[in-house]
Amino acid sequence: MTIAANPGAMEFGRPAAADDPFLVVENLTVQFPTHDGLVQAVTDLSYTVRSGQTLGIVGESGSGKSVSSMAVLGLHNPRSTRLAGSIRVGGTEVIGADAHTLRGLRGNEVAMIFQDPLTALHPFYSVGKQIGEAARMHNDISKAEARRRAIEMLDRVGIPQAKNRVDDFPHQFSGGMRQRAMIAMALVNNPQLLIADEPTTALDVTVQAQILDLLQDLQKEYGSAIVMITHDLGVIAEVADDVLVMYGGRAVETGSTKTILTLPEMPYTWGLLSSVPDISGDTSARLIPIPGTPPSLLNPPTGCAFHPRCRHVDKVPGDLCRSALPELGPTSQEGHLKRCHLINPDEIYLKEVLPEAAPELLDPETGELIPELQEQIDEIQGEKP
Amino acid sequence: MFGYIVRRLMSAFLVVVLTSMFVFLLFFKGPSNPAQPLCDINGKCTPEKLELLTEQLGLNDSVVHQYVVYVGGFFHDRTISFGPKYHCDAPCFGISYRTRGEVTSELIDKFPATLSIALGGASIYLCLGVLLGTIAARKRGTVLDRSLVTFSVVVSAVPYYVIALMVWIYVSLQWKLIEDTSYHPITSDPIHWATGLALPWAVIGLTSSTAYARYSRGQMIETLGEDYVRTAVAKGVSERGVVVRHALRAAIVPIITIFGLDFAFLLTGTIFTEVIFQIDGVGKWAIQALRSPVDFPVVSATVLFGAIIIVLANLIVDLLYAVIDPRVRLS
Repeated sequence: MTIAANPGAMEFGRPAAADDPFLVVENLTVQFPTHDGLVQAVTDLSYTVRSGQTLGIVGESGSGKSVSSMAVLGLHNPRSTRLAGSIRVGGTEVIGADAHTLRGLRGNEVAMIFQDPLTALHPFYSVGKQIGEAARMHNDISKAEARRRAIEMLDRVGIPQAKNRVDDFPHQFSGGMRQRAMIAMALVNNPQLLIADEPTTALDVTVQAQILDLLQDLQKEYGSAIVMITHDLGVIAEVADDVLVMYGGRAVETGSTKTILTLPEMPYTWGLLSSVPDISGDTSARLIPIPGTPPSLLNPPTGCAFHPRCRHVDKVPGDLCRSALPELGPTSQEGHLKRCHLINPDEIYLKEVLPEAAPELLDPETGELIPELQEQIDEIQGEKP
Repeated sequence: MFGYIVRRLMSAFLVVVLTSMFVFLLFFKGPSNPAQPLCDINGKCTPEKLELLTEQLGLNDSVVHQYVVYVGGFFHDRTISFGPKYHCDAPCFGISYRTRGEVTSELIDKFPATLSIALGGASIYLCLGVLLGTIAARKRGTVLDRSLVTFSVVVSAVPYYVIALMVWIYVSLQWKLIEDTSYHPITSDPIHWATGLALPWAVIGLTSSTAYARYSRGQMIETLGEDYVRTAVAKGVSERGVVVRHALRAAIVPIITIFGLDFAFLLTGTIFTEVIFQIDGVGKWAIQALRSPVDFPVVSATVLFGAIIIVLANLIVDLLYAVIDPRVRLS
């Protein structure tokens, strides 16, 4: 994936060439007019995902992760939503598309895995019927054939004795099995793009790892593009090729997973990393939460949306953080963009943030970085643009 | 599941037994003497005549004995005497004071009319109400939705008998569109059956459909916002499929519950409808029995019959739940 630094470069409606990204989101803005005012859920978001690649979208609740990806399927009610920008799936424009085009995409080329499989599966239909329905919507097949495919998919996602479980109802499945059924439903038409909205949040950790492995295996098999929405950086580290960090409805940092997790340059990303517990680390090490609460999307803060919670505002000359919205601009590394006014973020991160958040990564005597990390950083910094 | 049915049947039976006791105590051990109206019916009531009737009806026996005799009539033939002796076939609810006929056979005679009214009216209000409610929910916030809701509130605010009377006065008397509003058995003349009941059906159906429209609208708005409906949209299901197969399928469950009880209530007698449109059904029969002198056996029979219908409806609704909601089936 590359973030389109120059979003206007691609012509509108141009058919996708073989090596074009499968999903192109350009200047996407999603707003909900309400009685209290305009909720600016997503503002000017651009990203692309290539087939076979996984993009992780991270951010707090209300940062616009789910809203932006629901727009890819056109799931917002047009009467209560204002959409602007462009979303192209395999060359097809989604925004403003008619119902017929959207139906053709949904569940066929683009499938979505929802967060809570208990509420996202219909309680009155058997699991097999729900999977079969997805197949029948896009293929002219009989009910028996749909059922056969449902069994095949359930088997593929690792439901034991799929033949016997296909007629079970969702409430007869365990949480992990329900999520597998959900994945089976999403994959039944071999979608080229899979949007997974916090697919493992409702599951316990062991099941979580199984589900992620399953998704990766299926991706290898089908070569689909995956958008993985999560607030869990552990999930990102495991599956994503690239990361998009969202805050207050905007992209604030983006780059390859390795870069973002090793040498992030935006204080919000630092905060996310610092608040992740490390099971291999020192048990006395403190988790450092991000102070404050997520910004209001009705009245977003002036300037940089993160400034009220940012500890590094003073390091920027003038009152820039409060008065001017930083551009999503280039950093010292290729393909790594950040929306921040800080001039020397790498230095601040290594000297101030890292020692506090992850003391185990520093040599206790010299205070130098441990060699493995230094090596990684050198490698990343070597990729000069 | 089998155990569940057995348990529900037993509790239903218990409720019927308790109701029969209550009905018996209310009418035969209540503040008035059941022999009094019987005495009043034929000419002047003298103390001697009243005394004789009280003795003949067994009202001087112990309460338990009287109840056993009363309930016994449900299971075997009885002979009841007040003056002449009357034979009463099981199940026996007594002999009508006024007509001197068997209450059970009169009930069987009146019930088809009420059943016909209830079937037609209930079908109309269920279908129309759910249809309007679904459309309103789908078009939520639009002019169509608001006018449907407003119209439904206005109709609900007018007393039922006013609407029924107006319809009868205008459609039947004034405009003479359907002059004969009475009951003709479907077995003898299906067309006459339908035309005779068309007005009651329309009145019951239209007035009650407003409540169903509002209720279905609320249910549909709720289910349309459910995650599984969003899942269906994300699968590529057509809009109609989403609304009908996914949202309505879930919304219909509580609607069916209410409908079962409403329908049972109609079966116990549609009093206003039957009186206004002059249909000889259970409701008109009951209201006539209440006129002084009160026809005790008929009144008690209609109350007990109503109770049994309601209990049965509850039972059927509960069992139906297991059919329409798979989550109930196993627990």
